[in-house]
Amino acid sequence: MNEGVNGVALAVFIFFFLLVTAMGFMAARWRKAENEHSLDEWGLGGRSFGTWVTWFLLGGDLYTAYTFVAVPAAIYAAGAAGFFAVPYTILVYPLIFTFLPRLWSVSHKHGYVTTSDFVRGRFGSKGLSLAVALTGILATMPYIALQLVGIQAVLDVMGVGGGEDTNWFIKDLPLLIAFGVLAAYTYSSGLRAPALIAFVKDTLIYIVIAVAIIYIPIKLGGFDEIFASASEAFGQTNPATGAPRGALVPGDAGQWTYATLALGSALALFMYPHSITATLSSRSREVIRRNTTILPLYSLMLGLLALLGFMAIAAGVKVSNGQLAIPQLFENMFPDWFAGVAFAAIGIGALVPAAIMSIAAANLFTRNIYKDFIKPDATPAQETKVSKIVSLLVKVGALVFVLTMDKTVAINFQLLGGIWILQTFPALVGGLFTRWFHRWALIGGWAVGMVYGTVAAYGVASPTQKHFGGSAKEIPGIGEIGYIGLTAFVINVLVTVVLTFVMRALKAPDGVDETKPQDYTADAGDPGVEVELPPATAGSAH
Amino acid sequence: MVTPARVVIALCLVAPFVAMLWVGSYAKTDPVFIGIPFFYWYQMLWVLLSTVLTMIAYKLWQRDQRARRDASKGGAAQ
Repeated sequence: MNEGVNGVALAVFIFFFLLVTAMGFMAARWRKAENEHSLDEWGLGGRSFGTWVTWFLLGGDLYTAYTFVAVPAAIYAAGAAGFFAVPYTILVYPLIFTFLPRLWSVSHKHGYVTTSDFVRGRFGSKGLSLAVALTGILATMPYIALQLVGIQAVLDVMGVGGGEDTNWFIKDLPLLIAFGVLAAYTYSSGLRAPALIAFVKDTLIYIVIAVAIIYIPIKLGGFDEIFASASEAFGQTNPATGAPRGALVPGDAGQWTYATLALGSALALFMYPHSITATLSSRSREVIRRNTTILPLYSLMLGLLALLGFMAIAAGVKVSNGQLAIPQLFENMFPDWFAGVAFAAIGIGALVPAAIMSIAAANLFTRNIYKDFIKPDATPAQETKVSKIVSLLVKVGALVFVLTMDKTVAINFQLLGGIWILQTFPALVGGLFTRWFHRWALIGGWAVGMVYGTVAAYGVASPTQKHFGGSAKEIPGIGEIGYIGLTAFVINVLVTVVLTFVMRALKAPDGVDETKPQDYTADAGDPGVEVELPPATAGSAH
Repeated sequence: MVTPARVVIALCLVAPFVAMLWVGSYAKTDPVFIGIPFFYWYQMLWVLLSTVLTMIAYKLWQRDQRARRDASKGGAAQ
């Protein structure tokens, strides 16, 4: 869609990219510990991050490039329905306030690196732990792929993506370079690299949003004008569906969908392995609680960002691919050099979560598949090595995924991933508060939730897609349209409860619980809790 | 053990859920604030409100924990 390459913007983009690359490699020396060959070191940054580093890391991790592109894109496409991201992120923090500190404590007491480690220790079930690990890896892969989609959108608008008839290698070369560099510094620096780069990413994002939210409305004649033209655009009939394109406020029919999407997504967010990796890398449980009070700053930013979707409509941005709406808005409204800054913010915004996600998926594989099922006597050095290699493979897999398949495949899988990851909630959060659930019942509930969610999502059609056309469907028994993930979750819990009664009645073996009640409230400084943990295996021995 | 402080903590944490999931209470355009429909600015306002509520919960929790630790120290040395 672009005539040529935007030289100034591209130069600024490359400048920032080189800057974070240098930082990524230097990060290996930042806060270096004595034993660098343990998974705690590489995969959790030595578990030593304080309030501010954790804040940047979590923010950099949860609010991804894809978020920045997709949330305003959803608003641009349909209006109010896309705004559910804001209540979603509002609900996340009171929620994690209640359970994350417990996970931190028990993990630091027993040297757990992943959620599956905890599930195995709590329920004495390798099968359940495997289910949680596989779900985590499956849900994370398409998420990484979507980060690439985010970078691609920016490259496209800058004109370096090439036209339709460009040779595929030339076309994808910038993406290949970006990911090659990302893979190299994640490999050498581990979690320290994204933690350090997150500073640059978040600073750029905040600057861009602050400027955009003031500068663009002034150019467009104020919010009155913006919402007036958006309202007009949404009122027009979409020829594909015969219904209006969208609405400024959700109608009665859309309210259940809105609420269930917000709640379901909030419950799911901290089930993702990458959120947990960033959490466990913090220094104490206080750091986590304190973070729940400062992380909402990002939600505010997300809300402002979402409004950019309306501005894109008012500014007359016309794109066939909604993902390009915001990059195109920046390109149209900003002077070239600042558009470059904005693009760099999105591009780097993709690198941070992609790095953390690949580390998290690699940790899951190493701890809960490699060590539990393939090589139980692996040394910490071997674990780290396997993790590093898997983190590379995960990224290569995501790259192949994006380059060979249609973009909608990645988006479909991401949608499924959200539904899937929510099904690990009963085992993880349930397990943090009670041992009442039976391990086999949890596996049963998980399996039913996974199958229901997948089948239901497969059956959703949209004007452009026959399957996976959306994430909402009629809730059985209620009749309203709701988020499939949340429906699957409720079914999952019901099945788990019923099966637990059955298992108890049958006196099925309960499994050994290696945790004690006081482990869940232990804090840094208490006996047995070490801030800089020794090699991960030493902790799980007791 | 249920103490007044803990009830307040629970209320602070539950309030955002009630407010945000009751979509019908805010699915309207008026009153408009600096050109932004109610639906949007109300939810953004809740970002701030929920932050304040979580902060209160955090402070109360800290105090609650300190009191409990002192109490157990003051009790019999176990």
